[in-house]
Amino acid sequence: MQSLTNRSKVVVKKEMTFTEKMYLPAILNGMRITFSHMFKKSATIKYPEHVRPRSSVYRGQHVLKRDEAGAERCTACGLCAVACPAEAITMVAAERKKGEENLYREEKYAAVYEINMLRCIFCGLCEEACPKEAIFLTDRIVDTEYERNDFVYGKDKLVEPVEKDKRIDVSVRQNEKTLEFKTHSEYGHNQVWDPNKSLKKKSGH
Amino acid sequence: MTVTQILFVVLSLMAVLSGLFTIFSKNPVFSALWLIVAFFAIAGHYILLNAQFLAVVHIIVYAGAIMVLFLYVVFMINLNKETEPNKPAWVRIAAVISGGMMMLTLVAALKGASLVPQNKSAEALNIGLASNLGKVLFNDFLVPFELSSVLLLAAMVGAVMLGKRQIH
Amino acid sequence: MLLAVLIPMLAYKGILVVIVFAISLGVAAYSTYAERKVSALMQDRVGPDRAGPFGLLQPLADGVKMFMKEEIIPNVSNKFLFILGPAISMMTALLTGAVIPWGPDITIGGNVYPLQVTDVNIGVLYLLGVVSIGVYGVMIGGWASNNKFALLGALRASSQMISYEVAMGISVITLILLTGTMSTAEIAEQQQGFVQDSWLGWNFFKNPVTFLIFFICALAETNRTPFDLPECETELVGGYHTEYSSMKLGLFLFAEYINMFISSAVMVTFFFGGYSAPFLNRFVTDPFWFPMLSTLVFLGKTIFFIFVFMWIRWTVPRFRYDQLMNLGWKILIPLSIINLVATAVGMWLTGKI
Repeated sequence: MQSLTNRSKVVVKKEMTFTEKMYLPAILNGMRITFSHMFKKSATIKYPEHVRPRSSVYRGQHVLKRDEAGAERCTACGLCAVACPAEAITMVAAERKKGEENLYREEKYAAVYEINMLRCIFCGLCEEACPKEAIFLTDRIVDTEYERNDFVYGKDKLVEPVEKDKRIDVSVRQNEKTLEFKTHSEYGHNQVWDPNKSLKKKSGH
Repeated sequence: MTVTQILFVVLSLMAVLSGLFTIFSKNPVFSALWLIVAFFAIAGHYILLNAQFLAVVHIIVYAGAIMVLFLYVVFMINLNKETEPNKPAWVRIAAVISGGMMMLTLVAALKGASLVPQNKSAEALNIGLASNLGKVLFNDFLVPFELSSVLLLAAMVGAVMLGKRQIH
Repeated sequence: MLLAVLIPMLAYKGILVVIVFAISLGVAAYSTYAERKVSALMQDRVGPDRAGPFGLLQPLADGVKMFMKEEIIPNVSNKFLFILGPAISMMTALLTGAVIPWGPDITIGGNVYPLQVTDVNIGVLYLLGVVSIGVYGVMIGGWASNNKFALLGALRASSQMISYEVAMGISVITLILLTGTMSTAEIAEQQQGFVQDSWLGWNFFKNPVTFLIFFICALAETNRTPFDLPECETELVGGYHTEYSSMKLGLFLFAEYINMFISSAVMVTFFFGGYSAPFLNRFVTDPFWFPMLSTLVFLGKTIFFIFVFMWIRWTVPRFRYDQLMNLGWKILIPLSIINLVATAVGMWLTGKI
């Protein structure tokens, strides 16, 4: 049949020459190639010793921050739990007693704060939702465990240590742009979602 | 008894017993395996006769090639009891007669054999070694040797004919 | 009087057997490590490097793992034959080390000892015989597993090994014609001295085609890629060792590496001068150190061929079954027969026979 375009290629199964039929030259050529690869740099990064550089906004295991004096910043408002699309965060609030001012910054605090790391999708919405700068995602990687229950991280694993030198640095996540972004309440998740408002905004575009 | 005699008795017992097991085992795979044991015992006899070449060739050809093909075929066809057809009586009678004739031939051949020790010249002792065997085969028995190769060739041609697909 | 001579000789042979045994096992164990390392290097990876420095303790860890695994024997299989399979594989793999000449005669304390377990006058045929028995390990193991995949793997293995044994046998006959002896020690002895008779002394330079056929057949006999159809995991799950677990599986896998070591040693003996080291005798003449260094040279050549085995494995893909049979029956056997006839005619014309 006449082809309408001249782009079609005729496939030819051409007869192999004698040297090609012997296969030995081809095999030797292949062996030359594999041998040359022995002297190439290996692409492997030995993980625990060397870590592949991560993006500055990498979202890994969470941390619950303390303030300068060492008191927990979280006030158990529950906004992170509301913002969480995976329903990974639960907490139990409690009232601060007298004499506990050095432990908890606000009058209300989280007696229990749990994140289920199997549910968490590391989207970072909890961090955006937090009005107290208490929860941040860090560049640490969640460990493997033997039991499913062990993936529910409580305050023992989430709250950073009191000692100044053991604090977890989250300054990359508190740069000016982030802080400025958090002041825009219309982009944030800090309020209950109003369907009319967001619809208006969309139609405005 | 010398070491040679003890070895002879052990190897003979092994050969005879494994031969009997070959016949009496119900599973054809076990029959084939017992036959391999018998071949090894016979190869041991060859070594006792100072014929290492024959012993090794016996193992290569019989145990290494022919019995592997036997096992190959036994694996491929289902030889369970249920599928085995009942042989008619005349087949059994024919089998007994042909077996009896084989026995008769063996008895006739062994009747004239004497148990007097042969003269143990160095040449007679080393008849099983490769170079001596080759000299004997290509000088004294040249025609039978070449004839047997022609026989093998004929068998090979026949096998090719059987294996070839019929083209109409 | 006889015993006084016999007992030290027997003791020496016993020690030699133990040494050969240990070397075979040690080289095979480190071949598993080398296989992983070579494959890693060829694929731009690192390979095992966690157990010990550079991962050198990896074979030990693998062995411990194999021993610790649960031993499973299928209920319906014949238990005796199921155990016999890997035993035969391992036994035949180790038996072949007996006739390999590891080095020239060594002098210790004024006594001369040969560095070979036995010098039988039909050593070459002994090798072929033991190799032909090796099929039974795979066949019996595959049949006793009572598993379709295992049986198919066993059938493939047996047909492949028988097919390639023919070409291997004919190439070995060519070698016997070339050297005029069937003793492995004499074959190695003849190739001493790198330049000899205006030919280069090694049998490889006298007849490279024989070596090529022998090498391809050795690949097929040891079930190495591109001839590893019996354990072809993409088609047969695991081939003949599908049902095997624990150390019985380990024995099957280990036998492959010992076979690789022994066939490399055989190739070195037959074609690459055995323990001959060019120009070594100009520097070392001590009757103790010269054999020792020669043995090291022999092991070095053997290890090089093990590397070539691995090199091929990580380069060439697996054959299809009909390609395998075509190569064996339609190419290698005619080629080896032509080679045999050509060698005979050539030797007749040059007046060597």
